[in-house]
Amino acid sequence: MLAVNIAGIKMKTPVMTASGTFGFGLEYSDFVDLNKIGAVVVKGTTLKPRSGNNGRRIAETPAGMLNSIGLENPGVEEFLHTTLPKLAQYDVPIIVNISGNTVEEYGKLATLLTVPGVAGLELNISCPNVKEGGIAFGTQCHSAAAVVEMAKRNTKLPVIVKLSPNVTDIVEMAQAVEQAGADAISLINTLLGMAIDIHKWKPVLGNVVGGLSGPAVRPVAVRMVWQVAQAVKVPIIGMGGIVTADDAIEFMLAGASAVAVGTGNFVNPKATQSVAEGIKDYLGKRGLSHVNQLVGKVNV
Amino acid sequence: MPKIVVEAQVVDNVDIGTQVKELVLYAPEIAAQAVPGQFLHVRVASATYHPLLRRPLSISNVDADVGTVSTIYRIVGQGTTCLSTLNKNNIVDCMGPLGNGFTIQGQRPLLIGGGMGLAPLIFLAGVLCPRPIEVLMGGRTEKEMFWASIFKHMCQNLHITTDDGTLGSRGVTLDLLPELLQTGKFDMIYTCGPHVMMDGVARLAKEYNIPCQVSLEEYMACGVGGCLSCTCATNDGSRKKVCTDGPVFWAKEVVSC
Repeated sequence: MLAVNIAGIKMKTPVMTASGTFGFGLEYSDFVDLNKIGAVVVKGTTLKPRSGNNGRRIAETPAGMLNSIGLENPGVEEFLHTTLPKLAQYDVPIIVNISGNTVEEYGKLATLLTVPGVAGLELNISCPNVKEGGIAFGTQCHSAAAVVEMAKRNTKLPVIVKLSPNVTDIVEMAQAVEQAGADAISLINTLLGMAIDIHKWKPVLGNVVGGLSGPAVRPVAVRMVWQVAQAVKVPIIGMGGIVTADDAIEFMLAGASAVAVGTGNFVNPKATQSVAEGIKDYLGKRGLSHVNQLVGKVNV
Repeated sequence: MPKIVVEAQVVDNVDIGTQVKELVLYAPEIAAQAVPGQFLHVRVASATYHPLLRRPLSISNVDADVGTVSTIYRIVGQGTTCLSTLNKNNIVDCMGPLGNGFTIQGQRPLLIGGGMGLAPLIFLAGVLCPRPIEVLMGGRTEKEMFWASIFKHMCQNLHITTDDGTLGSRGVTLDLLPELLQTGKFDMIYTCGPHVMMDGVARLAKEYNIPCQVSLEEYMACGVGGCLSCTCATNDGSRKKVCTDGPVFWAKEVVSC
């Protein structure tokens, strides 16, 4: 009823975790049975370890939050040697979110991560919190395409591309990465935002600006999923403010074949599980036999 | 021991100082496991997204027999304002016990707290008993020093400083600390409070060659090591998560002095 296949990655449910909100999965194993999650998308991984941004890294905003972590991560070698073996005990697809400073780095990361235990790669070309790479690749069609082509040349794994909403035309970006060979598209990464402390006359975040996530961004994300769904054939993984099953269903009706819970994990550490259960209940109540029957079914 | 998330019932939510309240929750599974220095991660407004994120609250006491955990908070913002409206028998979505607590070590501990940093030291003082404990506490003014009546019965000696001199000696904890350390009787220091205070305590602890543990506070989202909002720099160049590696660290790990 809930099993889906996204670009060759077989998932027990359509509910994945959004990169950067669920650590490497292990951090949440006290709260959810990782074996029952659709897929775990791990923390953004880079070639070399990164210590991330200085100063305050999060700020709460109405129905959402800003973050500027700055891709703190232990680097790909540490992931391969220490974390991946620990994840092997779980029967859940592991998707590695990767981020490079150059197009070549995406190629190197793709090569290094094409190993047993990794089910797919998600290219982060949309991180708003780092100076090089990240969003620089994700806001121009030609550079986004170059990153996708490089990754595809260096791996046989399914390549998912996570797009930035901070663009004029999301459809154009989605078409560009599809043409470059993307096997699926994740929509959306965070929206660039800012919060100011009116008592100190200073930005709240150490990095001045950060990425907005949480229920506040959901209508933007649903709109983008709906627009992109009309224009591409590859499956879309919808995300942006999903906390409940109702939220996830909205994304699926807009055209997402799977969804990811991000900030929602902070609100409810069992969110991935409760969203999947809620979708199942919804299907049952409506007499539907499979979650695929929701995808793109919004009547416009 | 696993971390858990429970629907905890409010047993009490009472004023204990000006704009300061103590929340007592019935959460026997958390109470049974908790150690001093650990924290709860509480969804203060379950039915809405205002505020969206949970609030980390240090555990100020535990009654494992009754099954309750307590936390003391100052009403400062949206989250704590929400908390302050909770009534007896309300249900609160509560994760816990989270983080690494204090390491119990030594026979003559000195506990040093400033402001709300005194909250986790109550639980610690209880666990350290029957060791002879001395407490050094600082605050702005007498009215904020309701802590004195809490600690009075738990320790051998209570040393108090206030900024305005209305209670104890005038000044800050760091002014009084050197003479306490000069006595040479302490073999362990535990501290929680403002960063400046803990930095100073750590510096003096090092000078007098006394092991020191600090409890850090940082903005955090997940509370379980997943989001990296709260990581701090350490002296070996690595970063540590305040939520899971801490909030209690050895001073030599995280304070540069």
